[in-house]
Amino acid sequence: MSIPFYLISALTIAGAVAAMTLKNTLHCALALTIALAGIAFLFLGLDAQFVGFAQILVYIGAVAILVVFAVLLTRSGESLLPAKRARTWLAGLAIAAVTFLVLGWSVLASLYGLPNETAAPSVTMQQIGNALMGPYVFPLEVVAVLLTAATVGAVIVAMHEKARNK
Amino acid sequence: MAATFDQIFILFRNWLVHFLPPAWQPAAGALLGVIGIVAVFPGLFALTTLLERKGLGRMQNRYGPNRVGPFGLLQPVADGLKALTKEDVVPFNANGLMHLLAPLVMVVTVFMSFAVLPMGRHMELVDMDAGLLFFFAMGAATELSVFMAGWSSRNKYSILGAMRAVAQMISYEVPMLLSSVAVVMIAGSLSLPKVVAAQNHYTGIFPHWYVFTPWGFGAALMFAIAAIAETNRSPFDLPEGESEIIAGYHTEYSGFKFALFFLAEYLGMFALSGLGVTLFMGGWSAPFSFLTWIPSWIWFFAKVMLAICVFIWMRGTLPRLRQDQLMNFAWKFVLPYSLLVLLVTAFWRFLPPGWERWVVCTVILAVAYVVMGRAAFKLKRVGPRSYRYAE
Repeated sequence: MSIPFYLISALTIAGAVAAMTLKNTLHCALALTIALAGIAFLFLGLDAQFVGFAQILVYIGAVAILVVFAVLLTRSGESLLPAKRARTWLAGLAIAAVTFLVLGWSVLASLYGLPNETAAPSVTMQQIGNALMGPYVFPLEVVAVLLTAATVGAVIVAMHEKARNK
Repeated sequence: MAATFDQIFILFRNWLVHFLPPAWQPAAGALLGVIGIVAVFPGLFALTTLLERKGLGRMQNRYGPNRVGPFGLLQPVADGLKALTKEDVVPFNANGLMHLLAPLVMVVTVFMSFAVLPMGRHMELVDMDAGLLFFFAMGAATELSVFMAGWSSRNKYSILGAMRAVAQMISYEVPMLLSSVAVVMIAGSLSLPKVVAAQNHYTGIFPHWYVFTPWGFGAALMFAIAAIAETNRSPFDLPEGESEIIAGYHTEYSGFKFALFFLAEYLGMFALSGLGVTLFMGGWSAPFSFLTWIPSWIWFFAKVMLAICVFIWMRGTLPRLRQDQLMNFAWKFVLPYSLLVLLVTAFWRFLPPGWERWVVCTVILAVAYVVMGRAAFKLKRVGPRSYRYAE
């Protein structure tokens, strides 16, 4: 654990906190982007180039843009209504706490299952590619089918609207 | 002597660095590389603005800039002074911080993408194992800055331009990635110096550039189309269509912030041209084996400037597309064809070397091109114009 790690962690957490507390929805979306970028930097700090750059490409290039578009197209970015406390805030808090506990427990439990390596393993891009095309080809194909189904679904939704307009 | 000239910048850097204590040398060397990039490309940008205005003037049968200096050569200096001294107007309702951050984020991310481009033999700032991925990750970050600029201005034209730009950049990013993947499949590496090394062979006097193979030609064509769209250049310049939405996402920018956007646009052109040259046209390798004595960096910059001239030529000759035409073109032609190119690349990879694979790959790509073009034209039902949306 070094100074860059603490700086990046602070940035990530600050971004996440800002995403929850800011009033303007679009500011929240952009603060979320900072948190996502911080996570990418953490991956890069661990020398995981592929995951780090993929994180930037997917989360900042696609997910953040999607969030921003959704906020903008629903026009809630403009309204600055005073925050109201939902009646179910206690249940929400409980669910969040339980989720956090389960995640934390599984992360802590997985520490014992890992091999105790002293030096960071160096993985090249070629090894990642071979692993994806070799032992992990079935999960990859399942994800591909899922994405294709999503694309077809999106096309059908778009076509439906066009047919209705005719 | 030729070898010295080829490595002259590296030797110069090493000579400068050797005055320092050894512990500082790697950091100082990297810093010098950054200074080189930050100095060279804006200089090239200044020259390119002049070239573009002169070239467009030539195509449109007028003079272009010819008042400042001999042949208007000092025009970029005058432009720069003007941008620096102009008042920086921020709209009253604008979101100040984001309005300021947007051009900065854009310029910084575009500059960072130059880090992985090999601009000559051993002349890359960092040889990353995932270099190509890094380049595209930086490109993804520019989309967000375009959106930030458009939204923070609180102007309808700005937000329209930003929406158009983001939709266009996302749509054309997909075929661009796919056509680059074709190169990665053959070269077997995401590291750009290795991609260049894979193309730096000669048969007789002719080089083994990927653009001279059937799949490479198709991929290069799709890459070029996507690159023009990514940089928002004519004929895909809808995000800043002057006649429709003033200047798109940078309508509300003036003075030096506008100059930064302008700089980022041209730097984006250089970066994408550099990437295209690296992927398909052999990067810094010479076009004929008997020309290898000319330094490698001259070849790289010559090819990049050639690509820039094509950009300018297109701007001077083609009319702007409509939004629906743009999207149809991306999703119904460029994307399917890029997928087909990917498939043909796989054939090429696994067929035995020989003339058969040339014939098979060429026939598939040519037939698909013709059939898809004809089908798309039939579906268009070209006839008298109807104004569906203007009623």
